[in-house]
Amino acid sequence: MSAQDPVEIFRQEAQELFESIEQGLLDLAHRPGDRDLVDAVFRGLHTLKGSGAMFGFDALAAFTHHCETAFDRVRRGEVAATSALVGAVLACQDHMRALAEGRPASEAAGDLLLAELHRVVQSAGQAASLGAAPAEATAAPLHTWRVKFSLPADALINGTRPLPLLDELRELGDCRVTVVTDKVPDFDVLVATECHLAWDVTLVTPHGRDAIEDVFIFVIDDMTLDIQEVAEAEAAPAAAEVALAAAPQAVGANDEAPAAEGRHAKVSGDTVRVPAERLDEMMDRVGELVIAQSRLKQLAASSSDIALRAVAEEIERLAAEMRDTMMVVRMVPIAQLFGRFRRLIHDLARDTGKTIELSTEGETTELDKTVIERLADPLIHLIRNAADHGLETPEQRLAAGKPQTGHVVLAARQSGAEVVITITDDGRGVDRDRVRAKAEENGLIQPGQVLNDNELLQLIFAPGFSTAAAITNLSGRGVGMDVVKRTIEGLRGAIELTSTPGEGSVVSLRIPLTLAIIDGLLVRVGAGRYVIPLSSVEECVELSVEQDIRSTGRSLITLRDQLVPFIRLRQMFSTAQAPDPHQKIVVVQAGQERVGLVVDQILGDHQTVIKALSGFHAEVGAFSGATILGDGGVALILDIGHLVAAGQRHDAQLRAAS
Amino acid sequence: MNPEPLTGLIEALTFDLQGETFALEAGLVREVLDLLPETDVPGAPPFVGAVINFRGRIIPLVDLRLAFDMRAATPTIDSRIVVIEYDLDGQPTLIGLRADKVHEVTSIDRAVTEAAPRVGMRWRSDFIRLLARRNGDLIVIPDLDQIFAARGQSTGAVTPINALQS
Repeated sequence: MSAQDPVEIFRQEAQELFESIEQGLLDLAHRPGDRDLVDAVFRGLHTLKGSGAMFGFDALAAFTHHCETAFDRVRRGEVAATSALVGAVLACQDHMRALAEGRPASEAAGDLLLAELHRVVQSAGQAASLGAAPAEATAAPLHTWRVKFSLPADALINGTRPLPLLDELRELGDCRVTVVTDKVPDFDVLVATECHLAWDVTLVTPHGRDAIEDVFIFVIDDMTLDIQEVAEAEAAPAAAEVALAAAPQAVGANDEAPAAEGRHAKVSGDTVRVPAERLDEMMDRVGELVIAQSRLKQLAASSSDIALRAVAEEIERLAAEMRDTMMVVRMVPIAQLFGRFRRLIHDLARDTGKTIELSTEGETTELDKTVIERLADPLIHLIRNAADHGLETPEQRLAAGKPQTGHVVLAARQSGAEVVITITDDGRGVDRDRVRAKAEENGLIQPGQVLNDNELLQLIFAPGFSTAAAITNLSGRGVGMDVVKRTIEGLRGAIELTSTPGEGSVVSLRIPLTLAIIDGLLVRVGAGRYVIPLSSVEECVELSVEQDIRSTGRSLITLRDQLVPFIRLRQMFSTAQAPDPHQKIVVVQAGQERVGLVVDQILGDHQTVIKALSGFHAEVGAFSGATILGDGGVALILDIGHLVAAGQRHDAQLRAAS
Repeated sequence: MNPEPLTGLIEALTFDLQGETFALEAGLVREVLDLLPETDVPGAPPFVGAVINFRGRIIPLVDLRLAFDMRAATPTIDSRIVVIEYDLDGQPTLIGLRADKVHEVTSIDRAVTEAAPRVGMRWRSDFIRLLARRNGDLIVIPDLDQIFAARGQSTGAVTPINALQS
């Protein structure tokens, strides 16, 4: 197992650093003056350099060093964080990623990036010095600061050393350092590697508060720091003075200040990094447990042993809880995914010359890890579409009386056992005439064929359809919305498009929370048992004898004044057995379409552990997987999207015939 | 297909399908099972018309008979399922094969094997990797790659294999 491979660990860490650096940079493009952001990016670059060197990524460390230097100048206010600078560092970051992942990255390209970075820093530096330098030169009154700080107990173990911090403070101006030894415990309980000293520093300096905070930039999250400006007269330290050199550097104590304690706990956190495949293995085990449990339940139900039944119920409850816990463990917030798209929008805006703003909502919505990974590509495609086809150019927007900046909103929310993700743009909306023209051109519909608005919009998802008049670099590369649709359906999800001309479009994706286990409705058709995902079941009704006879010509039932087509699964599955006298209809919904499925018997609900079918059965569209039942038998899971589509076709044929 | 080495022994599990003896390399075989409850997959080709629950895994059940123009048979007391692990479209997959009767693992000398003749057989010649003679009988070593890729689609009958043996 490569779980312990240090290089792999570094890559994981680097991956996270890259993400946080990128987020910081992108935020900085909007709020160039935000010091916290500048510091965060700087810290990220610094850590990356340090860890890179430690794990032998020398090229990465050397390259990162230049970016760090550039950002250090931003941090010190010498250089303004212009969008050109942000862009240059973003470009450098891509190079760093390549270096970190061990992809071949040419040195020449790296040098080119650095040259560009250097140029940008120079020009930004001039701009900044023009504005800021005179003010700095005239106003340099001396301040007196009282700086109290203490480090967490494990600071020394983590490599933080107080001495250099004090030295840096001394560089700022006149310093009087007092060590506070209140927290130092008795000698017999002292742990030599823990730090429980605090410092009280009186500093006279021309620099401001920011400069002092900068000294602590790498430790500020973990420590307690209190900086106060004092009048000259009361500057004398109150605490007893202890010569710093003589002070024991590390003294242990258990009675840490509550504030420090709280912070400490938050920082070290209780998170454990686990390789994803171990989670997958565990999920498999839980799946098997659920299957074994349903066998036990069946045994217990047929037994009169009360004790056995009690245990079976207990196990059932535990297995369900275990399943739920396991699912939660696999959930990650969708923010992880949304974060990537800010960069995409940044690049799209640059390439299209449009002004685009991306806002995200519901980033805390959680989804199964595997689902999130598989959503990335379709979402990139949809966002590209929105930015490239949906949004107009700034001139067109102004002419249409809209604000110049186009908005793309990416939102996620949970709705039952599904997560709904919407991509909304305020662009020109789908051009129905062009869709129709294109569809006719591609032979998807007959010229002049009557379609309702929804059907027309659905054409966009048909294979081989692409409305982009000009094929751009961004979209329209042949992989169309049909690929997106297929991927989403592969996740047992659904995709829908609504659009108002002139006002924009909304694409909504409905994605099940997890891929591994679903609640299902177990039904019987002939001798076979099938599972219908409960999330798509609307209701169950009886197929009356009259309807049964009448519907030989036309398979439609009236459900609350609406006609719903139905499919006889017996026919579809060529069941030989005689039908039950009282057949049932399970009404299912996929997207906006409803269809009834005629079954012989409804057996009840069933916790379904989804198992994939082998390659031999991949071509059989009607099933999305299979599951093992309590008695050891196998039930196939119906693919509702496929069945609904089949029902629609069937309905269309009937309508065409009548 | 790689050229077959001409000498050496093939360790193979032999089994019967409608009177013909077939052999599979023993290394492929995971287990031989008694018949299990089967679940039909509507819409799937009859060659892989069902799945079974093999210890918590759902695996396809293949009927090689249909690749060799034989009729599907009703199970008898000797019927077994041979579970093999095989690369199916790049995925290692457990697959159950129906067998009328399973015999022992034997060594087949490559010296007595030959490639299937191009003509004079009622079976698709590319479905057969080798034919081996044993005690005046013929053992068929099927080419599972070809059979699985074609999903067992056999072409029409030409000559009964018995004509070849005489």
